[in-house]
Amino acid sequence: MPFDKKFSESLAKSIRIHALNMTSSGNSSHVASVLSIADILSVLYGSVLNIKPEKPDWANRDRFILSKGHAGAGVYAALAEVGFLPISILKEHYQNGSILSGHVSHKGVPGVELSTGSLGHGLGVACGIAYAAKLDGDSFRIFNLMSDGECDEGSNWEAVLFASHHKLSNVVNIIDYNKLQSLDSVESTLSLEPFKDKWEAFGWKTIEINGHSHQDLFSALNSSSNRPTCIIANTIKGKGVSFMENSVLWHYRSPQGDEFEKAIIEVENA
Amino acid sequence: MRDTFIEELTKIARNDPNVLLLTGDLGFGVFENFRKEYPKQFLNVGVAEQNMSMIAAGLALKGKRVFTYSIGNFPTLRCLEQIRNDICYHDLNVTIVSIGGGFSYGALGMSHHATEDLSIMRALPNITCVAPSSLEETKDATFQLYKKKGPSYLRLDKSNASYDKSENFILGKALKVREGEDVTLIAAGGVLQEALKAAESLEGSSITSRVLSMHTIKPIDEDAIIEAVKKTKGIITIEENNILGGLGGAVSEVCMERNLRPLFFKRLGMRDEYSSVVGDQDFLRNHYGLDHVSIATHVRKLLSDI
Repeated sequence: MPFDKKFSESLAKSIRIHALNMTSSGNSSHVASVLSIADILSVLYGSVLNIKPEKPDWANRDRFILSKGHAGAGVYAALAEVGFLPISILKEHYQNGSILSGHVSHKGVPGVELSTGSLGHGLGVACGIAYAAKLDGDSFRIFNLMSDGECDEGSNWEAVLFASHHKLSNVVNIIDYNKLQSLDSVESTLSLEPFKDKWEAFGWKTIEINGHSHQDLFSALNSSSNRPTCIIANTIKGKGVSFMENSVLWHYRSPQGDEFEKAIIEVENA
Repeated sequence: MRDTFIEELTKIARNDPNVLLLTGDLGFGVFENFRKEYPKQFLNVGVAEQNMSMIAAGLALKGKRVFTYSIGNFPTLRCLEQIRNDICYHDLNVTIVSIGGGFSYGALGMSHHATEDLSIMRALPNITCVAPSSLEETKDATFQLYKKKGPSYLRLDKSNASYDKSENFILGKALKVREGEDVTLIAAGGVLQEALKAAESLEGSSITSRVLSMHTIKPIDEDAIIEAVKKTKGIITIEENNILGGLGGAVSEVCMERNLRPLFFKRLGMRDEYSSVVGDQDFLRNHYGLDHVSIATHVRKLLSDI
């Protein structure tokens, strides 16, 4: 099926609007982290993942793990948009008694494979699923989405070695490379460069793309290899809201009042 | 215990191709047969315990029955958060096996002594924690944990007790290995042999001891504790572990919540310290007061103080 760019970009816009609403009404953090990956989530959930919303536990489904669990609002929004959850439940994000915690949770949430929140867990679990899938001769793929700051976690590099050694060609790791982490830039915290070379040196097929180009994302996510694939998606933290873009402030700040109104208008008019 | 475990696991793997054994590059001279017979069910993940636990979680999410294996604190404390978030929170069918509980690795030193694992692993929701005391218990525990749903921790050690079996091994149910009325000695792991020796020597002084193998630390056998308080004068717990939060902690929790008042209660174990002296398992037991002579001395003193 040809890639429907218009549909995909419209889905990303919906995810952004949901994320702004959810983080505003919940007075919660990480809105910029969600905006950073809205396009990636849109292409995955809208056009790449082989999943069945009416059958979330279907055995041969593609698996998606959000290792950067703090951007959970984006996953809930995507799941709701493609039919795993009612849109109305998104209002409950971060509220007392809700099933939608700030960091992504699988408990009672169809479509979420793994609860995360502590960084450096997703890729290793993805590799475990991938290894089992190879043993069983299954054809589905396992996608993991991690942050750049998350690459500070040593546990990831254990998994990186493992995936390469076992030629886990069914694993696709996407890195949201927005160059900002919690307190400061990646460059001034723990530099990752030369980043692509590192992944290549570890034996991964590595593709570097514009993480906001839906066409590039679609092509990269559908590329195949006999090795595990790493997609370094160059992104802008806070993408879509001018005053949030490339600002460390919006890792934690919640959009309220005028700021919330301005943000919604910007995304809607984009 | 290690050999008994692997023999039993080999039998299990023969009948269930869904079983996978993961090791963090340890088990030299132990896994050769398993590996040769079931190469697809054996995976050496390398010296990477965090990844071993994450891989185990992923395999289990895909329906595999996984055993992770390493020594001392490596498969537990080294990767505790992976066990907590990935394995236990998702309630996955993974059994974590540690060889070298307590002082098993003797003179190798403190890094290789697992002396807080019982307390720490017990605090994780969903997990079953087992420290068998004999070879037979090890065999039964391995099989019963394999059959049980959800995560579990199997703590094995180099020493083992031997006793005449009068009851069947059931997870969560203490084994009464000696009957007596003056004191109940409750032990977990191979150190049960010290409790048995102490009971024997006390018999010479007309002191009779009930001895329990509390192989399942969690869920703990509350009935056995209640009966021990009712039918004997006092309780001593014995573990190669910190006295905070392990076997002794678990038994005392039951006593307090059930409003049980033994005439005396003593936790023997590491008194909130690290094992920094050098020596083999027996030497260390002696040094830290877990040998049969120390146990018997405590019993005599506690009885005379009543």
